[in-house]
Amino acid sequence: MKILVPTKRVPDTDQRITIREDTHQIDDAQLPYIVNPFDAIAIEEAIRIREAGPQEVEIVAVGIGVAEYEKELRTALAMGADRALIIRCDAVLDPWNVAGILKRVVERETPDLVLMGKQAVDDDASQVGQFLAALLDWPQATFASNIECTEKGLRLEREIDAGIETVQIPLPAVVTADLRLNEPRYASLPSILKARKKPIEEIAIEELDYSIEPRVELIALAAPNQTRSCQRVDSVDRLVDALQEVLP
Amino acid sequence: MNILLIAELQDGQIRPGSLSALTFARQVALETDGSVRWLLLGENLEAATTEAARYAPVLFCDAAIFAATAADSWAAAIAEVVSTGNFDLVVAASGTFAKDVITRSAGLLGGAMASDVLGHAFVDGRLQLQRGMYAGSILATVTLLGSPQIVTIQPSAYAAAEPGETPATVTNEQIDTSRLPQNIRIEHLESKRGGRPDVTEAAVVVSGGRAIKSSEDFESLVGGLADTLHAAAGSSRVLVDAGIAPNELQVGQTGKIVAPEVYLALGISGAVQHMAGMKNSKVIVAVNNDPDAPIFEVADYGMVGDVYEVVPQLIERLG
Ligand SMILES: Cc1cc2nc3c(=O)[nH]c(=O)nc-3n(C[C@H](O)[C@H](O)[C@H](O)COP(=O)(O)OP(=O)(O)OC[C@H]3O[C@@H](n4cnc5c(N)ncnc54)[C@H](O)[C@@H]3O)c2cc1C
Repeated sequence: MKILVPTKRVPDTDQRITIREDTHQIDDAQLPYIVNPFDAIAIEEAIRIREAGPQEVEIVAVGIGVAEYEKELRTALAMGADRALIIRCDAVLDPWNVAGILKRVVERETPDLVLMGKQAVDDDASQVGQFLAALLDWPQATFASNIECTEKGLRLEREIDAGIETVQIPLPAVVTADLRLNEPRYASLPSILKARKKPIEEIAIEELDYSIEPRVELIALAAPNQTRSCQRVDSVDRLVDALQEVLP
Repeated sequence: MNILLIAELQDGQIRPGSLSALTFARQVALETDGSVRWLLLGENLEAATTEAARYAPVLFCDAAIFAATAADSWAAAIAEVVSTGNFDLVVAASGTFAKDVITRSAGLLGGAMASDVLGHAFVDGRLQLQRGMYAGSILATVTLLGSPQIVTIQPSAYAAAEPGETPATVTNEQIDTSRLPQNIRIEHLESKRGGRPDVTEAAVVVSGGRAIKSSEDFESLVGGLADTLHAAAGSSRVLVDAGIAPNELQVGQTGKIVAPEVYLALGISGAVQHMAGMKNSKVIVAVNNDPDAPIFEVADYGMVGDVYEVVPQLIERLG
């Protein structure tokens, strides 16, 4: 089985995000970047599927973007991905174009499973996996919190608004990972060193014969104002008074 | 714009979020001299179509294949209705249904989509949409390029629509269901929420955080106060991760987004990812034993105290 894991580099989640003066970009000069946490969960799950055996599993991590991406892809390799691809592209991509590029990658790599995060914690769109599944006409299982390989494909648990849904899908398929699928491992020092020798193949976007057609135009970014002044109450009596006043 | 509003049903009824999405759709229709129609997919839709027709004209397809919401068949059906009906805007309420199904249909329809929209405006005749990014710490204004456009609405951002004066038309939509993909088999759904309302639909939400030590405590403190106030019970991520609260209670960036009249945060620190899900609540009340907890920065009322001491007294006094 071959598992393709698309990944995105995003600002570390405990950082404060501020906006540049032109209001079109965040100020990323000082920001540390990480692999999108949900994508790290997807990598971890791919590794666990391989470890569970008995079938052989090849794990290919994919990144789209700038040269600095290599650092985050090395993290994926150190965790246990076998190799990585980086699609070099300087343009800012919306989810539609990320999915379009990934479709080309899927056609090149012909994986049995695309396993990716359910959302990227920068734009929070939660679209790429479903777009990709639609473009490939593959079944999908979003928000997976448990994955089991069966003879016919996969049985999964999905975290949905109403509870936990159990579904079965055949392969090939697209699966997106939710938070509780697993806890990603930290790469050990030996595996970090080993990862330095693992191959990262660079592919220019032109080689994929894909033309970018934007679907989302950014007008501006703003910081929402959300100041409230907190009235402190110092006893349960006062808290009850306050609640009785505001409760509908 | 010619607008198709996809209804989300639960137990055969239209979910309140869809009525908020209708408010957005009606405003856009008004501003563009357009119209809104519902699309209802499901099985045994009679009650739901009658209810929907009180608000707007209805297209529906009642078929066994739509009894469960498998994303592949649903998305293909929606895309077909959008294309044959020449709709140029597709609207639905945010949530996991929309993320799964509507997003997939957007993938079949060219990908001009904005998710979780919080507001809109027309500028030079173009529809501008506002949505949160980076766990709600940034508000982005975007426009969509191409047609059709697909928009999901954060229900908390728009009031629920009122019914019209007379019932609208109901039209049976012919969809050749045998041609729809059917590769996702839904086996069953397990819900642990109990009899309480959904966090996204309640006027009052009582949420617990790491301060709560066990499921029993969660039930007696958070659940107990929620029941006293006829409120929904909610949770921060850590309690769901620890198995103390069920997943459908999680509020936040990756859980549900709520904006009730009153949100009570019990022993929740106020991480950005949690606040992304509740900071637009009308009134926020926090109880936390750390006077410097960030939750107090977004709260209207705050009490420094131990939830194990404060909450039982609240249940007694407010009961
Ligand atoms: C990618 C990503 C996505 C995330 N998504 C979400 C999400 O959707 N929702 C979410 O909630 N979190 C989310 N998180 C996690 C988030 O960052 C925080 O870790 C989490 O919200 C903290 O939960 P908490 O406030 O319950 O726990 P803590 O941060 O541990 O806070 C516990 C609080 O309880 C107080 N306390 C302890 N004991 C008592 C007591 N006896 N009485 C009163 N107060 C007490 C403490 O002072 C403290 O302020 C996400 C994180 C990441 C990285």
